[in-house]
Amino acid sequence: MAGTWVFVEQRDGNIRKVTFEMISEAKKFGEEVSAVVFGKGVEALAPEFAKYGADKVYAVDADVFANYNTGAFVAQMAAMIAEFNPNAVLFAHTFGGRDFASRLAQKLEVGLATDAIDLDISAGKGVFTRAIYAGKAISKVEVTTSPILATVRPGVCEVVENAGAGEVVKPAVAATDADVYQVIKEFVPTVSARPDLSEADAVVSGGRGCKGPDGIKLVEELADLLGAGVGGSRASIDSGWLGHELQVGQTGKVVNPNLYIACGISGAIQHLAGMSSSKFITAINTDPEAPIFGVADFGVVGDLFKVVPLLIDELKK
Amino acid sequence: MKVLVCVKQTFDTEAKIELKDGKISDAGINLIINPYDEHAVEGAIQLKEKKVVSEVVVLSAGADKSMDAIRTALAMGADRGILVKQDIAADEYSRAVALAAAIKEENPDLILAGHVAADDGSSQVPTRIAEILGLPHVNVITSVEIADGKATCSSEADGGTQVTEVTLPAVISAQVSWNEPRYPSMKGIMQAKKKPVATVDAVATEDKVKIVEFSLPPAKEAGIKLEDDPDVCAAQLADFIKNTAKAEIKA
Repeated sequence: MAGTWVFVEQRDGNIRKVTFEMISEAKKFGEEVSAVVFGKGVEALAPEFAKYGADKVYAVDADVFANYNTGAFVAQMAAMIAEFNPNAVLFAHTFGGRDFASRLAQKLEVGLATDAIDLDISAGKGVFTRAIYAGKAISKVEVTTSPILATVRPGVCEVVENAGAGEVVKPAVAATDADVYQVIKEFVPTVSARPDLSEADAVVSGGRGCKGPDGIKLVEELADLLGAGVGGSRASIDSGWLGHELQVGQTGKVVNPNLYIACGISGAIQHLAGMSSSKFITAINTDPEAPIFGVADFGVVGDLFKVVPLLIDELKK
Repeated sequence: MKVLVCVKQTFDTEAKIELKDGKISDAGINLIINPYDEHAVEGAIQLKEKKVVSEVVVLSAGADKSMDAIRTALAMGADRGILVKQDIAADEYSRAVALAAAIKEENPDLILAGHVAADDGSSQVPTRIAEILGLPHVNVITSVEIADGKATCSSEADGGTQVTEVTLPAVISAQVSWNEPRYPSMKGIMQAKKKPVATVDAVATEDKVKIVEFSLPPAKEAGIKLEDDPDVCAAQLADFIKNTAKAEIKA
């Protein structure tokens, strides 16, 4: 069996950290681990994967892979799976990764475990832990088909440096323009100096207690001091103070940073589902009975308009 | 032009999850249309109001109870429904096969669904349906323009907005920021009772994924709750952030 493959999530040569997380995690199971990368000029990236233990790097360079498009990527991966027969293929649980893995799984008529928060791919088996109901319950599932396919949530596995041979393999290009059925008209990057919520080490969120843009401004100031992502509860999204893409909760993003600071958020169950797995949770809220204090490691009963400016001053000291 | 919307019945997002005999208990749980699918239903109805499509068909796979999700979509303004009777525990592969078989019978020009379900969070089924039917797909859309047999979609991609064009028929999955779902009116609820809903049995399949076990996450214990002067609170919270959580101060 040809070990575990990790599909590389990259845009214009910028590799997402989750790729290294998956390589590091896959190495734990003692099988050969390979990075698989499709794109333009991607062979040059090989040493990056070797640093975390990749034994091989399957690099496929062609114009048809310049941007992620499901049709060409699936055609290429399916051909490579047939040729090299990997035991498992891991993808990042991202916009592109889950799209790719889902279409590939159906093409191969196999199972897929998405958004895994823990994995066990030892002894040729694939058992994955998934947070369901946005983390209100946990399910453990086994993918009983071959190859074992899964998408892994960013930020749940640790990056460990571990020198690998990084031997470059250049498989034949199996996809053509005829495989492309999505025309990517444009990609407009979000202009934000702040980290993506799903990958941020710290997240500062604002809720109803922010009362409006002035309160959100305080949340943003605190976030920038910590290099944190900014999020919000449903109340602040529905009020239009923050964009939809910043909602933390069951119908928004599930985040798992090292530090979560909830400002003026009471802690409705739908919000708690999206942030309870954060390592350290702090909360500032005027209501001592707010449910957010039930999950906070350090809670402050107080007015965020008074506490947050003082907190910013203290942190700057 | 005909649009078909796939909806899943899920637990209310405010529901507290409990286990009974090792399974997720549905006792006393309020069931709703998966919130993401509700946006797909709204999107379809708006296309009908703009006269881009002439008929909105709503499709669900699940137990008899899923009829309520179909009736809600009909009350919002969909024209008719189809219920595919299937074990609610079917995996994503089996679910997609069952839905795709029903879609094939209908031969719609556009297939809509939510991009993820609020219960299992798999986000696989719309893409799997597209593969089975051999159709293009676009996921996580926040807007769509339909013209000249093509759909031009904006998607919430990681780190930006992607604009993708596909040829119809196609499968498109909705993000919540696409639109604001309407509440069914009293008239809509009355009319929904008279709208036709066909019932069919699911195609027999074998699941590709097996549930090993369900569990509940360890209960998070409440820590310190400080009620004091704002400056005392701020100083202690800063100490916790710096020395316990070991967060880096960037600026």
